Amino acid sequence: MTRGSTARLRRDIKMVVGDPLLLIVILLVLASLVIFIIYPLVSVVLTAFRTGTGYSFSVFRDVLASRYLRQAFWNSVMMGVLTAAAGAVVGFLFAFAIARADIPFKKFFHVIAIIPVVSPPFIGALSIIMLFGNNGLVTYSLLGINNYPIYGFRGLLFAQVVTFFPVAYITLRGVIESISPTLEDAALDLGGSRWKAFLKVTLPLTIPGIAGAMLVLFIETMADFGNPLILAGSQFPILSVQAYLEITGMYDLPKGSALSILLLAPSITAYFLQKYWVSRKQYVTITGKPTTSALKSVSPGAKWLLFALCLVIAALILLIYITILWGAFARVWGYDSTLTLQHFRDVFGVGFQAVKDTLTIAGISTPAAGILGMMIAFLVMRKRFPGRRFMEFTSMLSFAVPGTVIGIGYILAFNRKPLVLTGTLAILLLNFIYRYIPVGIQSGVAILRQVDPSIEEAAVDLGADSKKTFFRITLPLMVPAFFSGLIFSFVRAMTAISAAIFLVSSSWNLMTVQIMSQVESGRLGTAAAFSVILVGLILLAILLIRTILVLRYGRFGGAAVKI
Amino acid sequence: MGVKLVDITKTFPDLSHPHREVTAVRNASLEVRDGEFVTFLGPSGCGKTTTLRIISGFEAPTSGEVWISGQMVNDIPPNKRDTSMVFQSYAIFPHLSVGQNIGFGLELRGRPRREIRTEVEKIMEVMDLKGLGQRRPDQLSGGQQQRVALARAIINRPSVLLFDEPLSNLDAKLREQMRLEIRRIQQTFGITSIYVTHDQAEAMTVSDRIVVMNQGDIVQIGTPFEIYSRPATRFVADFIGRVNFFEGRIGPGREVAFTVGGRKEIQSRSREFAQGDPVVVTVRPESLRISHGEGGFLSGKISKAVYLGQVVEYEIDTGRDKPVLAVTHNPVEEGFFSPGETVGVDFSPVAAHVLPA
Repeated sequence: MTRGSTARLRRDIKMVVGDPLLLIVILLVLASLVIFIIYPLVSVVLTAFRTGTGYSFSVFRDVLASRYLRQAFWNSVMMGVLTAAAGAVVGFLFAFAIARADIPFKKFFHVIAIIPVVSPPFIGALSIIMLFGNNGLVTYSLLGINNYPIYGFRGLLFAQVVTFFPVAYITLRGVIESISPTLEDAALDLGGSRWKAFLKVTLPLTIPGIAGAMLVLFIETMADFGNPLILAGSQFPILSVQAYLEITGMYDLPKGSALSILLLAPSITAYFLQKYWVSRKQYVTITGKPTTSALKSVSPGAKWLLFALCLVIAALILLIYITILWGAFARVWGYDSTLTLQHFRDVFGVGFQAVKDTLTIAGISTPAAGILGMMIAFLVMRKRFPGRRFMEFTSMLSFAVPGTVIGIGYILAFNRKPLVLTGTLAILLLNFIYRYIPVGIQSGVAILRQVDPSIEEAAVDLGADSKKTFFRITLPLMVPAFFSGLIFSFVRAMTAISAAIFLVSSSWNLMTVQIMSQVESGRLGTAAAFSVILVGLILLAILLIRTILVLRYGRFGGAAVKI
Repeated sequence: MGVKLVDITKTFPDLSHPHREVTAVRNASLEVRDGEFVTFLGPSGCGKTTTLRIISGFEAPTSGEVWISGQMVNDIPPNKRDTSMVFQSYAIFPHLSVGQNIGFGLELRGRPRREIRTEVEKIMEVMDLKGLGQRRPDQLSGGQQQRVALARAIINRPSVLLFDEPLSNLDAKLREQMRLEIRRIQQTFGITSIYVTHDQAEAMTVSDRIVVMNQGDIVQIGTPFEIYSRPATRFVADFIGRVNFFEGRIGPGREVAFTVGGRKEIQSRSREFAQGDPVVVTVRPESLRISHGEGGFLSGKISKAVYLGQVVEYEIDTGRDKPVLAVTHNPVEEGFFSPGETVGVDFSPVAAHVLPA
């Protein structure tokens, strides 16, 4: 350590100790991150390496000796890579068509692409079963094929691309829109063709964005649990599902832990690539004033081709959601299409407890995660203290850690003293809060980047201590970001399954888990009705939060919640 | 009592070299008297803003002491220091009204609501902000925002007012108007003020004394007159206004033997020199006299003439590596010189200043 950095450390310590409230808050946040993020992960690692007498690789040897489990690892990685590639292509297509090609119905396509983001990630799988499965609408009813092999690679890849391409679309649309059209104009002006301008200017500028989106897609697909549980089937094992089966089916905690470490490794690698490599290569082309070009970046032919492709994709997505909607009202899917409300009656009868539980858990954990996220964003962005980097790193970690891993970690860590939480509401709440703080942190960091630090300095300068500055100045400025973060974490909390499936109990259950068990026992109609209600509740919540924001903050607040 | 800096040094870690450090301020010592208006002037990166932030408490000095009103304040956090800052970006709280912004400091001190309101109204009257108390900050013009920032800073009656390039976001005309305004208000309230700018005209207008900084060092402290006409170093001479340098050596008397252009007696010297010392003589362009035809101290050809209305600026090629700059103030009376014309250049000994080469 150099002389300067020790001096800085001493100064940091002095600053924190001089402000007792700040010190307490920092210590509490750090302690809670260690207990609810690090400790479960450490438990997973320890369990995977523990043998009767000490620690060894023997569990890993067993896992790797199994051809089936090795296959599961490669299947997961392959599915991640292919989904990332295909999702990025579809996402780019959508983003480019909407941002640059001036196709008709842009708004409509945007809404279509957003739907999968605000619905449970396994809806795609459910719908595909209803369309192409044993009693599938297309395969059985239309074509008369029995037992069409939709389970496995093809069906899953399709479901994953439909589920996750919107993530790529949102990222890439932002990237493409930030590229000033004047750059393309300049390329045309210098004598390039439109195609050349695209290849030489637009595409190279979006490459870092594409790489970033692909890594995120890879992480999400690796971590996904719902789609593979429904669609993968036994011939095409997937790691997250196998880890779940080892734990809940075989009660083999060490093996489940070992599998989840295998699941964690590629995700963490991709996360670090994204965070420390790709994000540094992002080009920023800010030109001051947004210039709207005459939108001549594509030729009419290309425009209509893009439009046709968007239509096809939109039609597929609509087909998926209409199938779910129809399935929710059809008496027996595939056999008896008379309309009925029976499935909804089931949901509000036996399933109503799950609806209430889900709303309670999401309703409590989302604002809590939001407030904690804002606090961490503030501390990390505005204060210097020992442990700051650790705080930032740990709190963002749950982006990279697959839910399956953290779910296993929670049952391992909180099933014994000193913290026995399994089966309680607390374990679900804590899991959700610490899983969704990154959403709050990200929106908090984004807004703090826009707030000139001298605004807070001005308050301090006029005599405000750190508490007064935070509550009178910083917090009010962060509120709109808080609410927009709230929407995202609420959606994720309502649709969560991969970690939660380990933590639900007879007294606290979730709609997503209910949907899964309905699918498994073949009650597709009830599953569909559950899904419709779930999506309906989410849309209602979004509408509510937006209305509050627009009423309270006018157009400014409304703009902050753009999704 | 004012403000006293004793041997302040501030180093930062060098971001491009992990184990190296950058010295932002080096051994700065200064005394600002009560009620005085002192300006830190220098190019960007010279350490002037860092010094200001050390006084306000936002940066801790690596070594050295800061004294405010006779008290050593190194360990006093910025919110407890009796200073108020006017920020470059104004830093007006966007979610509070103009009145709430101005009254913020009083509110923090727990003063009764009615008293705050009267105080705010009083200061808004002085600052020409009357009737704007309910406005939102983004409904104000740039000049009004500037005045809100100033009002918010002085309502606390701090012992020291700090200004961090407060006028750099205003357009040229408003800037000229506001610097007079700042000076007027500072004198009305008699608050000790420390001001940071890179604009020399601004520094000349507002200051009692100017502190010129370069690369972390204080290079000269003096009144605007001293800084301009008796610069301590070549850097100061060059940074403040425009200047001609003439090289030479000290002769046996008070005269300087110029490398080009003969000998001349010069009155003003930055220090004592021995015979034979190499020196450089600084002469401001407006102190040069030009005449038609050869003669005088130097002669050369006009290479460029720029007519600006109230003055004409000339560049004269005298065979040295740099052209000589000259300005005539009353073209109609002093006559015009055209490009290509041979002219004589001379200056009065009182207008020149001798520096070590």
